[in-house]
Amino acid sequence: MTLGYNGRIAEVDLTEGKVSEYKPDEKVLKDYIGGRGLGVKILWDRLGSRWRTVDPLGPENLLLALTGPLTGYVSGTRICVTGKSPLSNGIVGSTASGEFPLELKTAGYDGVLVTGRAENPVYLLITDNKIEIRDASKLWGLDGKETIKALNGEVRGLLQERNPGFGLWKEPGMIYTGPAGENLVRNAAVMEKWSHACGYGGYGAVMGSKNLKALVAKGTGPLPEIAHPEELQALLDETYDAAFGNPQRNFWGTGAMGYSVGASSSAEPVRNWQEEWHDERSIGVINFETRNWVKRNWSDYGCTRACMKLAVVKTGPLKGAITDNPDYELQAYCGTNLGIYDPDGVVYMSSVIDDLGHSGINGANTIGFAAELFQRGILTKEDLEGIEPVWGDAKAMGELAHLIAERRAMGDVLAEGTYRAAKAISEIKEVDVMPYAVQFKGIEVGAHGIRTGKHSPYLGYALSVQGGDHTSRPRPPMSEARSTMGDTMVVCTMGVPRLENVIWRYLKVVTGWELSEEDWINVNGRRIVQIQRAAILLGGPDVVWDPDIDDDNPPRWYEPLPSGPFKGSAPDRATLMEERKKAYIDLGWDSRGIPTSDELKKLGLNDVDKTLEQLRT
Amino acid sequence: MSRRMPVTKPWVVRDYIKCSGCRLCEIACSMKHEGRIWPEASRVRVFMLVPGAEVPHLCAQCSDYPCISGCPSEALHKDMDTGAVIVDDEKCIACGVCINACPGQVPHMHPEGGRVVICDLCGGEPECAKICERAGYGALFKGTRSPSVNYDLYAKNPDEITKNIAVNLYGEKGEELSE
Repeated sequence: MTLGYNGRIAEVDLTEGKVSEYKPDEKVLKDYIGGRGLGVKILWDRLGSRWRTVDPLGPENLLLALTGPLTGYVSGTRICVTGKSPLSNGIVGSTASGEFPLELKTAGYDGVLVTGRAENPVYLLITDNKIEIRDASKLWGLDGKETIKALNGEVRGLLQERNPGFGLWKEPGMIYTGPAGENLVRNAAVMEKWSHACGYGGYGAVMGSKNLKALVAKGTGPLPEIAHPEELQALLDETYDAAFGNPQRNFWGTGAMGYSVGASSSAEPVRNWQEEWHDERSIGVINFETRNWVKRNWSDYGCTRACMKLAVVKTGPLKGAITDNPDYELQAYCGTNLGIYDPDGVVYMSSVIDDLGHSGINGANTIGFAAELFQRGILTKEDLEGIEPVWGDAKAMGELAHLIAERRAMGDVLAEGTYRAAKAISEIKEVDVMPYAVQFKGIEVGAHGIRTGKHSPYLGYALSVQGGDHTSRPRPPMSEARSTMGDTMVVCTMGVPRLENVIWRYLKVVTGWELSEEDWINVNGRRIVQIQRAAILLGGPDVVWDPDIDDDNPPRWYEPLPSGPFKGSAPDRATLMEERKKAYIDLGWDSRGIPTSDELKKLGLNDVDKTLEQLRT
Repeated sequence: MSRRMPVTKPWVVRDYIKCSGCRLCEIACSMKHEGRIWPEASRVRVFMLVPGAEVPHLCAQCSDYPCISGCPSEALHKDMDTGAVIVDDEKCIACGVCINACPGQVPHMHPEGGRVVICDLCGGEPECAKICERAGYGALFKGTRSPSVNYDLYAKNPDEITKNIAVNLYGEKGEELSE
């Protein structure tokens, strides 16, 4: 048995209604650890040879929810959801924080692997050493808050009935999809709690395509046996001292950036990236803090940072909306990007997005895109069932979110995500709207602009194997390997001070394995990136990316910033294309952006090399 | 005639609204009692029946100890120094009478089976309170039992506490979320 692991993944074939256990061998675990890395490996082994033909929304796709060996130990317990992405047609390791991974682990499993498609809506229930497929007909159509309430009630009742002598049963942990995912909104999220999202990649739609409402787990066991239990308490204490030594720690979460990234850095989406600067002091965190926060320190299991807060709209027409923080990304995407600067409006919009299971970044990017088309008169209220998404109108933006989640009117087209919707609308309206689509390889971009040249590398997103994902970008010397670490260990990268130094010690205490940051950058992490690059280049079946065209920024990001302290700033495309040639070499790719044979063989990825032959000829 | 000196008994004060839901208390408790991280073996369990309305659930040491008087196998006794309920693992027959005798249904079975688990106040230095104070949340902190407080009221079912907190945080919406 591999220390730190249960050594088995719950495998469920929804077409056949069969459950089994998949046991990855120790070598695979040692090389790929868990989460994003292990997901990439499993996906490639099972689908790699026929990648281009696999429909991400077809029964042949896999949906993986994976923990890592450090789940429950390293502050910040997350789950990594992955599969073939219906947005990029590649692989995205998409993570969210919450208790589901802990419950899964204590139930005796390291992850869940779902194949096929259920005939009717179902959810999976995983309890101690037991995997069940259960009817979810009554849950279909419920929003996030209703889903959690219904499943807490049903599962607690069931456990109480099965084990009445245990005492009170707690709630289970769960990940689920909202109405957006059910209706195959391509950029829908997999949700955890009310407002935590595996946002990038569109895995909510993959769940919807499988008729899978939720994955629910409740375990009662201990975490698996570890290599050096005698060293654990000291390591935990070290983390506690470092985190609690700074009482301020993440008091504002990332929420303090909502004003400052716009006002100081000019890197915040404003009205679908038409600008990146604003000086709206109303969106300063002090307003959320004093008006909306009802809980100032909100954590998930094992967290030492409590950067989450709970926010409520207390009064007025938007009263009753509840969300977390909002953090920076949602202040930006559900706020400035939609021209909403009033805290109640931002909390409301975030809450609507969460409830529907849209991704706060990706879905709200599409809403911003639609609002710009409305501004330009390309989309009209007739296209939108009378909704007029005027910048700043939170109520109207919320209605648009519903229109998309329910695939009504033009919402049906917008539900394909920004890239595919832009292509379709260009045809329908006979106007080229691609210049207004701010996305990378189908993945709507995170809320961190590049145009100032001061805050992010110009080619970070363009060369990322996860498209517009702001958490996974190559950095100079161009390599994305470092970005794979948090998602693969499946830990919070904000939870532990100096995580990159201590994570290897945690790994040793838990698994006994000696791995260094250098190994990660040069081998393990790099291997994960190259498989992801292979997958995204193969793409298909509906879209295949051409590196020459798609390893690039969207048109809008070459438009000079129109306002603010960095007015006029924009990258020069010709210079970037020269830089791209050099970056390809650093990344181990040939002049056409394809990973070289030498690189792949050096990493032991001979099968990937063989599959990529078709692209090299 | 020797008289026992009155000693100040500890109590874990719970300020529910401040609970962040981090469950470091469960980690600390299970590390202390089990030597490993084992949330369901922890003597304090944080219920999250409504997100945000986290309820750390642990023994309140009632004045009349209905769990002790209900126990058919004399497996429970009161620690004279701390007032904590001590479980004799050898004598416990896992019948569950104490769970139902408790007004807050606080005790629960050890997941291994065969015995119940109840907070023993760590002999007077409760680890759950220590970590919560160390983290600066103060949802649990070590206080002293005062004669003017009726601690029996704190032996309360987490479902009921959840309703109160949900309304406290979310107003009318809280009623709906916790019904």
